[in-house]
Order: sequence, then structure tokens, then C-alpha cells
Amino acid sequence: MSRPGAENRSNEPTGATAAGSDQAAVRLLRASKRFGKVVALDDAMLSIRRGELMTLLGPSGCGKTTLLNLVAGFLVVDAGEIEIDGKCVNEIPTYKREIGMMFQNYALFPHMSIADNVGYGLRMRGIPKPDLKRRVAEALSLVRLIGVEDRRPFQLSGGQQQRVALARALVVSPKVLLLDEPFSALDRNLRASMQMEIKEIQRQLGVTTIFVTHDQSEALSLSDRIAVMFEGRIRQVGSPDEIYRRPADRFVASFVGDVNVLRGRLHRTDNQAIVALGAARISVPTEPLARVRSGDRVDLFVRPEQMRFANSGEPIALEGTVAAHIYQGGYVNLYLEAPEVCTSRLLIRSLEPDAINRWPTGTRVGVTIAGADVMAFEPEPAIQSV
Amino acid sequence: MARSTFQRMLGIAGAFAVLAILGFVILPAAVVTLAAFNDKAILAFPPQTWSWRWFAKAIAYDDFRSGFGNGVIVAGWASSIALLVGTTFAFALDRYAFPLKRTIETVLLSSLVVPHFTIGLGFLILAAQIGWARGFIVVIACHVVLVLPFVLRSVYVSLRNLDQRLELAAASLGASPGRVLVTVTLPLLAPGLVGGWLLAAILSFNEFTASLFVTAQRTQTLPVAMYNYVREYADPSMAALSVMYILATATLLTLANAYLGLGKLLNVETRR
Repeated sequence: MSRPGAENRSNEPTGATAAGSDQAAVRLLRASKRFGKVVALDDAMLSIRRGELMTLLGPSGCGKTTLLNLVAGFLVVDAGEIEIDGKCVNEIPTYKREIGMMFQNYALFPHMSIADNVGYGLRMRGIPKPDLKRRVAEALSLVRLIGVEDRRPFQLSGGQQQRVALARALVVSPKVLLLDEPFSALDRNLRASMQMEIKEIQRQLGVTTIFVTHDQSEALSLSDRIAVMFEGRIRQVGSPDEIYRRPADRFVASFVGDVNVLRGRLHRTDNQAIVALGAARISVPTEPLARVRSGDRVDLFVRPEQMRFANSGEPIALEGTVAAHIYQGGYVNLYLEAPEVCTSRLLIRSLEPDAINRWPTGTRVGVTIAGADVMAFEPEPAIQSV
Repeated sequence: MARSTFQRMLGIAGAFAVLAILGFVILPAAVVTLAAFNDKAILAFPPQTWSWRWFAKAIAYDDFRSGFGNGVIVAGWASSIALLVGTTFAFALDRYAFPLKRTIETVLLSSLVVPHFTIGLGFLILAAQIGWARGFIVVIACHVVLVLPFVLRSVYVSLRNLDQRLELAAASLGASPGRVLVTVTLPLLAPGLVGGWLLAAILSFNEFTASLFVTAQRTQTLPVAMYNYVREYADPSMAALSVMYILATATLLTLANAYLGLGKLLNVETRR
């Protein structure tokens, strides 16, 4: 069931996926979905472990919502299989899948009280009244909402509505919890606290969760694992750390986290790949560079925190001119212009509080690259021809 | 200061203009209402002496009584059938893509552009052709065609305003399609359904032109009975009946507004 091809490369050993299939809560086996001529999801392989919070991350139109809707049963696959709890659910309608879903706009029933909203799933399952009341109260206290049972959804704030939506999805003890961009409607402060809270509740209950977002920082901070998607394909599956430090391709590297793309040249030795940039020699993983020959141009992907101003005697990777500062409190973002190595501005993050005074705009600086996990990829075809 | 005087005069003129327009709009109803209380047996304005007797006469008049009864029967059946048919089509038009969708929609709404007398005449010819007497079935069928566009629009707009994610949420919580319909879709559509039905019932009850063609003595509705009456008599009982008409409709709409919200009835609600 492991499929060759860099597109679907996962950083976890493929053997683990196969062995983990017994305990996989949700599995996609070569699932595809198209709308007319548009391929929304192309041959997706994904295995979500029991109790895991898996994030589907990607820009809009990447297929993440389609994948979620396929698991929910709102859509049906054109090809492939979807399994929940080891059972193929292709033919099983949404209402028999025992899922819980939280919608982007919460989709609370406006004509029902909060208690009736939360108890809806239990009523559909024919749970007797006293039991139902107790479970509704438990669910509401789990999301820390007390005394709102008799109100209507429109009488609650956005954050409260979200808690109701979460309680409503969790009260039925779903096999899998589906979260569709749940934080996008909340303001910044509320968002951060709700994220933390949902993560805590999720861990506490151990409920398998699929979380859809286009916000990479949200994905990095909440997920056990992330599936990065682009144009209908799963490009990489891995822990947030793996995704950030060992991105599988250019797209993942530039979509997750800030990154500077620098033009360097590859020097291959036995089984090592070294990229030359100015006076610096940077060792990079060889796997993404299989098709690049020694002496060819490559693009070096360097995170802002992997760059710093060179002390005297250190090999200088590039020289640039300070173009702008953005003060962020704990750190300062400095933007450099270095047209020889990069067409756009470079981002360097300095933790020094007086960075603005030390390196004022127009200063010529030498930059060194320090860090173990610098990645290099072959240049995009369009740029290569220049 | 000249400027402020000018503005004040403009304000006064504006107020007068608004009052004049409002007065003009309610003038017919006001004239008829006053004429209804005329003691003399003529339709005159303003009355010289006052009386309630034309109300008593209008209520007692047999043709008006049967006309009212017939009107209720026809309006009730026609708007209920139109609601059923209109809701079905509204669902189909809102939820599904199918060939000739636009054409079907146009045909369903066509009675808005076809004159009522044409529709009435058509049904009359048709009924005569197949040898049916001008019974209730013909009248009701005719009224269904007339009120269908209003029901269709009303339900269609409600459906458009219904967030389908609510239905998906219900399904995700274990509700079968039937239970989604009963517990989520229909309750949320209720204002549109009741509003559409009420609008259809009022339109049907008031409809005259087509009804004139398709009704017979036995099935004549109230407007037709009134027309037949006014051809022979010109006493204020017509006016008295009109006043009762206005009061009944106003009461109905006020109740509907109280329980459903007129905004929802007219589908001008803003989505929450």
C-alpha cells in the first residue's frame, strides 16, 4: 500500500503506516474526487491514528475541505476508499458514520435552545431523557459553558457559539471529530485561547480529530501531525517539526513558515550534497536533489532564524543592504536586499532589542548561515531557463 | 438666515408632499369607509346622515354569504394545493440541476405575465370542451395557476436563505434525511411556507377577473357576487362589505406579522 513517488512522500517510515493500519481511526486509500474537469482530490493516501489530531493544511482550493467532506460523507469518492474504524464507509451515509463535525460558521440550529442544539445528536440516537439531560450538562461543562441552556444561539457571542458547536459535536462520542476552519471567525485573542482549549479537550478525550486550516501557524501549534496539501494532492505528512525542518518539496518549504529562497550552486561529493553560497558551504539533505548534477544551480531554502549577521572571521554567505525593520517586541524582523542571490527581500530575525540602531537602513551587512536543517531544492523550470 | 428659512420652507413643503401622497393612497379606502355609514340608499360621499344598517344588510344578503363561503373553500384549497406544488418545485429548483430548469421556472411563473382574464377564459373554454360544469374543481384549478408564482417565489426565497450547512450538521449528528426535513428544514422554512400560503389565500379570495369567467351562480366567490350585486343595486351595502373586507385582511396580516414577522412574510429578512 505504500506508493512510490516523491509527491506523496511521508517522512515517517512507510512500514509504520502499514503496521498502524489496525489502529488507524480513519484511512484514505487512493481516494479521488473530481468536480467536472477539476480534480479536487487526487489519489490521496492518508492514515490517521486513533486519538491523533491530524491537520489538513493548504491554500484555498487545495482539496482539504473536499477531503473533510469525503470523510463526513457529504461527498462520495469517485475512486478509492475511505475507512473509518477499519470499515469501508464509501456506501455509508453521513448519518450512520458516527462522526462529529464543527462547521466554520458553527451551523447551530437557530430555532432550538442551546440545550436542544447540544442534545440533538443524542435525540437522534434515541437516548432516554434523563440520560440525555445529564450528558448535555456534562458536555456543556466540558466546554465551560454554564447557565446558557435555555438561550438561543443568536444570543451568544462568537466564542460561546463555538463552544456550543464543539459540545454538540462531542456529546455523541464520535469516532472522529471534524473541524472545518473553526477559528477563522474569531478575533485574534479569542482565537489563541480557543485553540489552546480545543487542543486540551481533544487530548483529554483522546478523540481522533481532523482539522482543516489554511493557517500554517495554527497547524504548527495544534497538530500531532500535518498533511500539507496543494492542488488536490497530499504533498507531505509529518509532525509539525518534520514539516517545518524537513519539508518534502519547494511548496511545503515555502507554505509552512517563513523562508528565504537563495540561489546557490550544488557541489556533490560521495553521498553528501554541499551548496556553495558566497564563501559559505552548507550541507543539505540529498534526497530532494536526485536530479541535480554537481555544479548545477539549486535553490537554498533558509529560515529567518537560520541566518544571522556574520562576526569577523566567519564565512560570509551573502552580502546585503538593510532595507526595512519591523519591530515585533520580542524580536525584530530585518529585511535585506541582496539582488545577487535573491530576487525578493530577505528576512532575518534578530533577537537583539537594539537591532534597529545597530543596523540602520542602508547598512551593508554580511550574513552567515547557521543551522543544521537548511534545505535545497532544484530550481523551478521557469527560473532555470533564465 | 435666509438659507435656514428656505430650508425650513423646504421641510414644510416636503412634509406636505408626503402627507398628500399618503392621503392619496388611503383616499379610496377612506371614501368607501365613510360611504358605508350613509343612512340613505345611495353611494354618496360624504354622507348626510349616519347608520350601521348597510353592514347588517350586507351580512344578511344570501349571495354575499354563499360568496364568502365559496371564497373560503376556493382560497383554502387553491392555496394549499399551490403550496404543495410550489414547495416541491421550489425544492427542485433550489437543490438540483436539471435540463430545462430555466424553462420550467418560466412556465411556473408565467401567470404573472398572462392576463387573468386570459387564464379565466382558457379554463372556461377547456371546461366547456371536456363537458365539465363550472364546478369548484375548475375554479380551484384556475386559482392554483394564478397563485402558484407567489407561493413558489416565497418558498424559493426561504430556501435560498436557508443555510444548507444546518442540514449537513443535522446529518452529521445522526439524523436521517427524513428527520433532517422534519426537525431542521421544515421548521426553518415555516415562515416562508405559512407566508406563502397566506399570500396565496388572500390573493385567491380577492381574485375577480378570472373568477368571473369560471364561476357559476353556485360557485361564485365574493368579488363576483359583489360585481353581480353592483350591476343591479347601488346602495352602500357594497361599501359596508368593503370595510369588512379591509378589516378582515388587516387583522389577518397583523396576526401573521405578530407570529411570523412581516419581514419574513415578505422575505426581506436579513440573514443572521
